[in-house]
Amino acid sequence: MMTIRKLCLCIVLIATVAGTALAQGSGISSGYPTPRNGFSVSEQRGHGLYLRYCVLCHGVFGDGNGDNAPFIDPKPRDFTAATFKCRSTPTGTLPLDSDLIGTITRGVQASNMPSWRPLSDENRQDLVAYIKTFSERWKTEKAGEPIKIPAETPVTIESIRHGHELFEKMECWKCHGQQGRGDGPSASTLTDSKDQPIRPYNFALGRNDSRFKCGSENQDLYRIFMTGVDGTPMPSFADVIQPNDAWDLVHYLRTLQTGRRSKENDVLKAAGGASTLKAPENKSENVPPSDSRVQAHIGGH
Amino acid sequence: MLSRFCVRRKQTLPAFLLGGFAMLFVVLSSTPGYAIPAFARKYGLPCSACHEAWPKLNSFGQNFKDQGYQLNNDRDSPIWLNPSYWPVAMRITPHWHYESQGRQLVDSGGGQVEQTIKTSGFDLTGIDILTAGTLAKNVSFLLVPSIDPGDGTTGFESANVRFDNIKGSPWLNLKFGKYELDTPLTEKRIMTLSNNGGFYQLWHYAPAGDINDFTVGENQLGLELMGHSLDDHTRYAASLISSTNGNLGLPGGRSYDGYLHVSQAFMLGKLGLQRVGVYGVTGLRPTYFLTQDGVPIPGTGRGNKSFYRIGAYGNLYIGKFDLTGVYQHASDNVFLANATPANGELPEGAQGATWNVGTFEGHYVYSPKHFILGRYELVRNSRQPVSDLPSDFGNVDVFTAGYRYYPFINSRAGFAWHIEFSTLKMTKTADSGADQRSNSFFTGFDFAF
Repeated sequence: MMTIRKLCLCIVLIATVAGTALAQGSGISSGYPTPRNGFSVSEQRGHGLYLRYCVLCHGVFGDGNGDNAPFIDPKPRDFTAATFKCRSTPTGTLPLDSDLIGTITRGVQASNMPSWRPLSDENRQDLVAYIKTFSERWKTEKAGEPIKIPAETPVTIESIRHGHELFEKMECWKCHGQQGRGDGPSASTLTDSKDQPIRPYNFALGRNDSRFKCGSENQDLYRIFMTGVDGTPMPSFADVIQPNDAWDLVHYLRTLQTGRRSKENDVLKAAGGASTLKAPENKSENVPPSDSRVQAHIGGH
Repeated sequence: MLSRFCVRRKQTLPAFLLGGFAMLFVVLSSTPGYAIPAFARKYGLPCSACHEAWPKLNSFGQNFKDQGYQLNNDRDSPIWLNPSYWPVAMRITPHWHYESQGRQLVDSGGGQVEQTIKTSGFDLTGIDILTAGTLAKNVSFLLVPSIDPGDGTTGFESANVRFDNIKGSPWLNLKFGKYELDTPLTEKRIMTLSNNGGFYQLWHYAPAGDINDFTVGENQLGLELMGHSLDDHTRYAASLISSTNGNLGLPGGRSYDGYLHVSQAFMLGKLGLQRVGVYGVTGLRPTYFLTQDGVPIPGTGRGNKSFYRIGAYGNLYIGKFDLTGVYQHASDNVFLANATPANGELPEGAQGATWNVGTFEGHYVYSPKHFILGRYELVRNSRQPVSDLPSDFGNVDVFTAGYRYYPFINSRAGFAWHIEFSTLKMTKTADSGADQRSNSFFTGFDFAF
């Protein structure tokens, strides 16, 4: 008799668990009820996840005006503009889903955006699906073609020297500073596309941490030159420099991360250190970038 | 002539009562758990970012904790914070509860009779004062002063400093001080608050008369080496702790206990993150002390005897539903189990005590605002401290069910209405040899700010 009772209890328990699981549909739940107003299944799940994780910064309407936005610097991304910093696509174009997933996974260094690596792949895909509902651009435009990244050139002292020359020639130092500390003469005047003050990246800050806002590898740095950081004064140099030049610039910028162990720093040290690099010729304060294409990019954001 | 069984029961009943009162004291005096709005304020994230429903952590919250209360976005150091930011949060739960304890001995007409004692009324839990955060990048701390709601005495539930990401590796983190062991089911973030259900039998059960004071659930004093993969799927924690069960002042012996917990999680299709793991703890406890004028001298414990707890568990997710099942085997040396000095004579039939505990806890998170929970715990003694005790003497069954409603969720404070019922049965522990049952009903407002 007891055995039958226990069996019945087990069946009821299993049925309850199975019923509960089936009733909630598939997918890893955000825990929030999901809307049914024409959203795809992925967007519905993304909506719940957005409410759980994102809404207090990015806002209910995705405009970056969440409850905490006034206290956050830099400000949260405005999804309604569909302008994204970290892309593999040319400047001005929409990013790939994988670009957005990468940002969610990686987080944004030196901002309040954490890494959401503990979320599942499906969670991140759903979040991207929902984020894309905030702007009509996603309905009328396609994502850009990802730029091609050629094989990295060897790290040599010549490459680093040439990178340094490009750094001077393209006047990167005006924003990023001569030592790459984000303290160039123009740094304090920079604003983003929403007229919020924005600081250039400080290469010296990371010590052994090699992360940038849009990645941590040399090819990520290369990609940033070529795609630009949309919504910020950092332009795309795709039309300005050749791939080999871009790699040289990457190699030089790595040496600005003075506290980091890297092949670039080893090569520079073996060649006699930073003092062996040619000193800049023009360091006058508050001189705008001379390259008209660079200036046009800055003005455009 | 009384049978051995009766004599034993006469001896153990006060111990049971004492044990019961001790557990009641633990529940009433301990703080309900960690949910730290100070972190939400610091990072501007809603409670639901780190908690499935606070105080239960989700995978992101667990990762945040494992990184030393850091998001690792280079904004963790206090240097980035507004100087007026104070990393302090508080939590308390005013509540009404009903308690019923069956077959208690009550004086009556010169003798004693068994009677069910019932009581109810308004009450308070202990208060959590939670201060935690980072002292610098990769140096974090947790300090939890606690206040007993009854007599107002204060203590330190937690006080530790942690060196995170040593050598830049998430696999090396060192914690030093008083802290909660890294357990599969945390009692500091327990979702139940009632007298019966507010703690885990898994971490606190001991056979009647056993003098081993070690409980996995108490915060311990020692150091912990902990590591995890970047996504937190692989975790380990190893602790070396003083054999004082977290009590200050080295009151016991001079031995140390060791604890190890290893787990692995994996994503199972659309079901979610599944985790399996094993853990174990072993140590020594003194069975007698050197004395001065007949009074034990603290710190002079002698006659150390061993104990261990080993367990395995699975934490399974099916979307919004999750179920954790833990099996634990426990053993105490015969001298500990029979409260006999190692240089003394054991009672007839004395033997080492062993028991098994099963804990099954399920949650259904309908939304971060609606949280339903159920738990069943069973304790089965597999070897009694004395051989002629009934094999099921002191077995425990506890069933707990509850619901929490969070009317609002923001990054400043937390608030929940909590309702819970828990019923506990202890086998053959009444004076008459019958089972004893106690029931708890709890409802109140749990808030943290």
